[in-house]
Amino acid sequence: MRFELTDALAGLAGGAMIGVAAALLLLGVGRIAGISGVVGGLLRPTGQAADGDNAAFLAGLVGAPALAALVWGAPEIGATTSVPLLVAAGLLVGFGTRMGSGCTSGHGVCGMSRLSPRSLAATATFMAVAAAIVAAMRLTLGGAA
Amino acid sequence: MRRLVHFGSGALFGLGLLVSDMIDPARVLAFLDVAGGAWDPTLAFVMGGALIPMAVAWRVAAARARPAFGDRFPGPPSGGIDARLLGGAALFGAGWGLVGFCPGPALSALLVGGWPVAVFVAAMLAGMALHGWRLGRRGVAV
Repeated sequence: MRFELTDALAGLAGGAMIGVAAALLLLGVGRIAGISGVVGGLLRPTGQAADGDNAAFLAGLVGAPALAALVWGAPEIGATTSVPLLVAAGLLVGFGTRMGSGCTSGHGVCGMSRLSPRSLAATATFMAVAAAIVAAMRLTLGGAA
Repeated sequence: MRRLVHFGSGALFGLGLLVSDMIDPARVLAFLDVAGGAWDPTLAFVMGGALIPMAVAWRVAAARARPAFGDRFPGPPSGGIDARLLGGAALFGAGWGLVGFCPGPALSALLVGGWPVAVFVAAMLAGMALHGWRLGRRGVAV
Protein backbone atom coordinates (compact mmCIF):
# COMPACT_ATOMS: atom_id res chain seq x y z
CA MET A 1 0.00 0.00 0.00
CA ARG A 2 1.13 3.50 -0.87
CA PHE A 3 -0.06 6.08 1.65
CA GLU A 4 0.98 9.74 1.66
CA LEU A 5 -0.60 12.14 4.13
CA THR A 6 -0.52 14.95 1.57
CA ASP A 7 -2.41 12.76 -0.93
CA ALA A 8 -5.04 11.94 1.67
CA LEU A 9 -5.49 15.61 2.62
CA ALA A 10 -5.65 16.71 -1.02
CA GLY A 11 -8.19 13.93 -1.58
CA LEU A 12 -10.33 15.07 1.34
CA ALA A 13 -10.12 18.73 0.23
CA GLY A 14 -10.89 17.97 -3.41
CA GLY A 15 -13.64 15.58 -2.34
CA ALA A 16 -15.17 18.28 -0.15
CA MET A 17 -15.15 20.65 -3.14
CA ILE A 18 -17.01 18.00 -5.17
CA GLY A 19 -19.49 17.49 -2.33
CA VAL A 20 -20.08 21.23 -1.96
CA ALA A 21 -20.53 21.52 -5.74
CA ALA A 22 -23.20 18.81 -5.62
CA ALA A 23 -24.79 20.43 -2.54
CA LEU A 24 -24.88 23.79 -4.36
CA LEU A 25 -26.77 22.22 -7.25
CA LEU A 26 -29.23 20.44 -4.94
CA LEU A 27 -29.98 23.36 -2.62
CA GLY A 28 -29.67 25.99 -5.35
CA VAL A 29 -31.76 24.53 -8.16
CA GLY A 30 -33.02 21.17 -6.88
CA ARG A 31 -30.95 18.99 -9.18
CA ILE A 32 -28.77 15.94 -8.65
CA ALA A 33 -25.19 16.50 -9.85
CA GLY A 34 -24.92 13.43 -12.02
CA ILE A 35 -22.38 14.00 -14.77
CA SER A 36 -23.73 11.26 -17.04
CA GLY A 37 -27.22 12.70 -16.58
CA VAL A 38 -26.11 16.21 -17.51
CA VAL A 39 -24.26 15.01 -20.62
CA GLY A 40 -27.04 12.59 -21.55
CA GLY A 41 -29.48 15.50 -21.31
CA LEU A 42 -27.40 17.54 -23.72
CA LEU A 43 -27.41 14.67 -26.20
CA ARG A 44 -31.20 14.68 -26.15
CA PRO A 45 -31.99 18.40 -26.14
CA THR A 46 -35.47 19.50 -25.13
CA GLY A 47 -35.32 22.99 -26.58
CA GLN A 48 -36.05 24.37 -23.12
CA ALA A 49 -34.05 26.11 -20.40
CA ALA A 50 -32.65 22.79 -19.17
CA ASP A 51 -30.40 22.62 -22.26
CA GLY A 52 -28.69 25.89 -21.33
CA ASP A 53 -28.40 24.78 -17.70
CA ASN A 54 -26.71 21.53 -18.74
CA ALA A 55 -24.38 23.43 -21.07
CA ALA A 56 -23.47 25.87 -18.28
CA PHE A 57 -22.61 23.03 -15.87
CA LEU A 58 -20.52 21.33 -18.55
CA ALA A 59 -18.74 24.59 -19.44
CA GLY A 60 -17.70 24.94 -15.79
CA LEU A 61 -16.64 21.31 -15.49
CA VAL A 62 -14.50 21.39 -18.65
CA GLY A 63 -13.36 25.01 -18.47
CA ALA A 64 -12.38 25.50 -14.82
CA PRO A 65 -9.65 22.81 -14.70
CA ALA A 66 -8.27 24.08 -18.04
CA LEU A 67 -8.08 27.66 -16.68
CA ALA A 68 -6.48 26.42 -13.46
CA ALA A 69 -3.94 24.50 -15.54
CA LEU A 70 -2.95 27.73 -17.28
CA VAL A 71 -2.17 29.27 -13.88
CA TRP A 72 -0.67 26.36 -11.95
CA GLY A 73 0.53 24.12 -14.75
CA ALA A 74 -1.11 21.16 -16.43
CA PRO A 75 -1.86 18.10 -14.29
CA GLU A 76 -0.42 14.75 -15.23
CA ILE A 77 -3.04 12.69 -17.09
CA GLY A 78 -1.76 9.12 -17.15
CA ALA A 79 -4.20 7.74 -19.70
CA THR A 80 -3.44 4.75 -21.89
CA THR A 81 -2.57 5.55 -25.52
CA SER A 82 -4.20 2.39 -26.86
CA VAL A 83 -6.98 3.60 -29.17
CA PRO A 84 -8.95 0.30 -29.13
CA LEU A 85 -8.86 0.33 -25.32
CA LEU A 86 -9.96 3.98 -25.13
CA VAL A 87 -12.80 3.41 -27.62
CA ALA A 88 -14.03 0.22 -25.93
CA ALA A 89 -13.88 1.82 -22.49
CA GLY A 90 -15.62 4.99 -23.66
CA LEU A 91 -18.46 3.04 -25.30
CA LEU A 92 -18.93 0.91 -22.16
CA VAL A 93 -18.87 3.93 -19.83
CA GLY A 94 -21.26 5.93 -22.01
CA PHE A 95 -23.76 3.12 -22.61
CA GLY A 96 -23.49 1.70 -19.08
CA THR A 97 -23.99 4.97 -17.23
CA ARG A 98 -27.14 5.76 -19.23
CA MET A 99 -28.51 2.24 -18.85
CA GLY A 100 -27.77 2.20 -15.10
CA SER A 101 -29.02 5.79 -14.65
CA GLY A 102 -25.84 7.14 -13.14
CA CYS A 103 -22.10 7.11 -12.58
CA THR A 104 -19.63 7.83 -9.80
CA SER A 105 -21.18 11.25 -9.17
CA GLY A 106 -24.91 10.54 -9.44
CA HIS A 107 -24.92 7.14 -7.72
CA GLY A 108 -21.62 7.35 -5.83
CA VAL A 109 -21.79 10.85 -4.33
CA CYS A 110 -25.41 12.03 -4.61
CA GLY A 111 -27.25 8.72 -4.19
CA MET A 112 -25.08 7.11 -1.52
CA SER A 113 -25.21 10.28 0.61
CA ARG A 114 -29.02 9.88 0.85
CA LEU A 115 -28.59 6.12 1.45
CA SER A 116 -30.51 5.21 -1.70
CA PRO A 117 -30.57 1.40 -1.96
CA ARG A 118 -30.43 1.66 -5.76
CA SER A 119 -27.32 3.84 -5.64
CA LEU A 120 -25.64 1.66 -3.01
CA ALA A 121 -26.26 -1.41 -5.20
CA ALA A 122 -25.08 0.36 -8.37
CA THR A 123 -21.93 1.73 -6.70
CA ALA A 124 -21.03 -1.64 -5.19
CA THR A 125 -21.51 -3.21 -8.64
CA PHE A 126 -19.40 -0.81 -10.68
CA MET A 127 -16.67 -0.70 -8.03
CA ALA A 128 -16.48 -4.50 -7.88
CA VAL A 129 -16.53 -4.96 -11.67
CA ALA A 130 -13.91 -2.23 -12.19
CA ALA A 131 -11.60 -3.80 -9.58
CA ALA A 132 -12.09 -7.21 -11.21
CA ILE A 133 -11.23 -5.79 -14.66
CA VAL A 134 -8.08 -4.15 -13.29
CA ALA A 135 -7.06 -7.41 -11.61
CA ALA A 136 -7.77 -9.39 -14.81
CA MET A 137 -5.73 -6.97 -16.91
CA ARG A 138 -2.86 -7.23 -14.43
CA LEU A 139 -2.93 -11.01 -14.76
CA THR A 140 -3.18 -11.13 -18.55
CA LEU A 141 -1.10 -8.11 -19.53
CA GLY A 142 1.21 -7.84 -16.55
CA GLY A 143 -0.37 -4.56 -15.51
CA ALA A 144 0.20 -2.83 -18.85
CA ALA A 145 -2.78 -0.58 -18.20
CA MET B 1 -29.38 32.81 -11.59
CA ARG B 2 -30.13 29.12 -12.22
CA ARG B 3 -27.63 29.20 -15.04
CA LEU B 4 -24.95 30.73 -12.81
CA VAL B 5 -25.53 28.07 -10.14
CA HIS B 6 -25.10 25.37 -12.78
CA PHE B 7 -21.89 26.94 -14.04
CA GLY B 8 -20.49 27.44 -10.52
CA SER B 9 -21.33 23.89 -9.50
CA GLY B 10 -19.68 22.46 -12.62
CA ALA B 11 -16.58 24.62 -12.13
CA LEU B 12 -16.21 23.66 -8.45
CA PHE B 13 -16.78 20.01 -9.34
CA GLY B 14 -13.99 20.16 -11.95
CA LEU B 15 -11.60 21.96 -9.60
CA GLY B 16 -12.30 19.36 -6.91
CA LEU B 17 -11.31 16.62 -9.35
CA LEU B 18 -8.13 18.56 -10.13
CA VAL B 19 -7.20 19.22 -6.46
CA SER B 20 -7.84 15.60 -5.45
CA ASP B 21 -5.90 14.43 -8.56
CA MET B 22 -8.79 12.15 -9.56
CA ILE B 23 -8.49 13.88 -12.95
CA ASP B 24 -5.56 11.46 -13.50
CA PRO B 25 -6.87 8.00 -14.46
CA ALA B 26 -3.60 6.43 -13.27
CA ARG B 27 -4.52 7.44 -9.70
CA VAL B 28 -8.00 5.93 -10.12
CA LEU B 29 -6.57 2.67 -11.48
CA ALA B 30 -4.14 2.58 -8.54
CA PHE B 31 -7.18 2.66 -6.21
CA LEU B 32 -9.03 -0.02 -8.17
CA ASP B 33 -5.91 -2.22 -8.21
CA VAL B 34 -6.58 -3.61 -4.74
CA ALA B 35 -4.32 -6.64 -5.19
CA GLY B 36 -1.45 -4.83 -6.87
CA GLY B 37 0.78 -4.30 -3.84
CA ALA B 38 0.92 -0.50 -4.28
CA TRP B 39 -2.74 0.18 -3.50
CA ASP B 40 -3.51 3.92 -3.47
CA PRO B 41 -6.40 4.72 -1.09
CA THR B 42 -6.80 8.37 -2.19
CA LEU B 43 -10.12 7.82 -4.01
CA ALA B 44 -11.68 6.64 -0.74
CA PHE B 45 -10.72 9.95 0.89
CA VAL B 46 -12.19 11.84 -2.06
CA MET B 47 -15.44 9.89 -1.79
CA GLY B 48 -15.55 10.45 1.99
CA GLY B 49 -14.85 14.16 1.58
CA ALA B 50 -17.65 14.45 -0.98
CA LEU B 51 -20.24 12.38 0.91
CA ILE B 52 -20.13 14.52 4.08
CA PRO B 53 -21.27 17.87 2.61
CA MET B 54 -23.77 16.08 0.39
CA ALA B 55 -25.27 14.15 3.32
CA VAL B 56 -25.71 17.48 5.14
CA ALA B 57 -27.28 18.97 2.01
CA TRP B 58 -29.93 16.19 1.87
CA ARG B 59 -30.79 16.94 5.53
CA VAL B 60 -31.11 20.65 4.76
CA ALA B 61 -33.22 19.89 1.69
CA ALA B 62 -35.58 17.72 3.77
CA ALA B 63 -36.22 20.67 6.08
CA ARG B 64 -36.93 23.11 3.26
CA ALA B 65 -39.94 23.50 1.00
CA ARG B 66 -38.01 24.27 -2.18
CA PRO B 67 -34.52 25.02 -3.51
CA ALA B 68 -33.32 28.63 -3.54
CA PHE B 69 -33.81 29.05 -7.30
CA GLY B 70 -36.16 26.23 -8.22
CA ASP B 71 -39.60 24.74 -7.73
CA ARG B 72 -38.93 21.47 -6.00
CA PHE B 73 -36.34 19.03 -4.75
CA PRO B 74 -35.77 15.66 -6.45
CA GLY B 75 -38.22 12.98 -5.32
CA PRO B 76 -37.13 9.71 -3.74
CA PRO B 77 -35.19 7.32 -6.01
CA SER B 78 -37.59 5.71 -8.46
CA GLY B 79 -37.64 2.04 -9.31
CA GLY B 80 -36.11 -0.95 -7.61
CA ILE B 81 -32.81 -2.75 -7.88
CA ASP B 82 -33.38 -4.36 -11.26
CA ALA B 83 -31.39 -5.90 -14.09
CA ARG B 84 -31.19 -2.61 -15.95
CA LEU B 85 -29.60 -0.83 -12.97
CA LEU B 86 -27.11 -3.59 -12.19
CA GLY B 87 -26.38 -4.41 -15.84
CA GLY B 88 -25.70 -0.77 -16.62
CA ALA B 89 -23.50 -0.42 -13.53
CA ALA B 90 -21.56 -3.56 -14.53
CA LEU B 91 -20.96 -2.28 -18.11
CA PHE B 92 -19.88 1.08 -16.71
CA GLY B 93 -17.57 -0.61 -14.19
CA ALA B 94 -15.94 -2.65 -16.98
CA GLY B 95 -15.18 0.49 -18.98
CA TRP B 96 -14.00 2.34 -15.87
CA GLY B 97 -11.60 -0.48 -15.01
CA LEU B 98 -10.19 -0.63 -18.55
CA VAL B 99 -8.74 2.91 -18.55
CA GLY B 100 -9.65 4.58 -15.23
CA PHE B 101 -11.94 7.27 -16.61
CA CYS B 102 -15.51 7.86 -15.48
CA PRO B 103 -17.56 10.70 -17.02
CA GLY B 104 -16.64 13.56 -14.61
CA PRO B 105 -12.85 13.21 -14.63
CA ALA B 106 -12.78 12.51 -18.39
CA LEU B 107 -14.65 15.75 -19.13
CA SER B 108 -12.59 17.77 -16.64
CA ALA B 109 -9.42 16.45 -18.34
CA LEU B 110 -10.72 17.09 -21.87
CA LEU B 111 -8.75 20.30 -22.50
CA VAL B 112 -5.62 19.35 -20.56
CA GLY B 113 -5.19 15.64 -21.21
CA GLY B 114 -4.30 15.47 -24.89
CA TRP B 115 -5.75 13.26 -27.61
CA PRO B 116 -6.36 10.07 -25.55
CA VAL B 117 -8.93 11.94 -23.44
CA ALA B 118 -10.63 13.27 -26.57
CA VAL B 119 -10.84 9.74 -28.00
CA PHE B 120 -12.35 8.42 -24.77
CA VAL B 121 -14.89 11.28 -24.51
CA ALA B 122 -15.94 10.87 -28.16
CA ALA B 123 -16.51 7.14 -27.59
CA MET B 124 -18.37 7.87 -24.34
CA LEU B 125 -20.72 10.30 -26.11
CA ALA B 126 -21.26 7.68 -28.82
CA GLY B 127 -22.09 5.09 -26.15
CA MET B 128 -24.61 7.44 -24.54
CA ALA B 129 -26.16 8.28 -27.91
CA LEU B 130 -26.32 4.58 -28.79
CA HIS B 131 -28.25 3.91 -25.60
CA GLY B 132 -30.71 6.70 -26.36
CA TRP B 133 -31.12 5.52 -29.95
CA ARG B 134 -31.76 1.95 -28.86
CA LEU B 135 -34.41 3.02 -26.37
CA GLY B 136 -35.97 5.35 -28.93
CA ARG B 137 -36.26 2.50 -31.44
CA ARG B 138 -37.98 0.34 -28.85
CA GLY B 139 -40.36 3.18 -28.12
CA VAL B 140 -39.36 3.42 -24.48
CA ALA B 141 -39.47 6.84 -22.86
CA VAL B 142 -36.05 7.88 -21.58
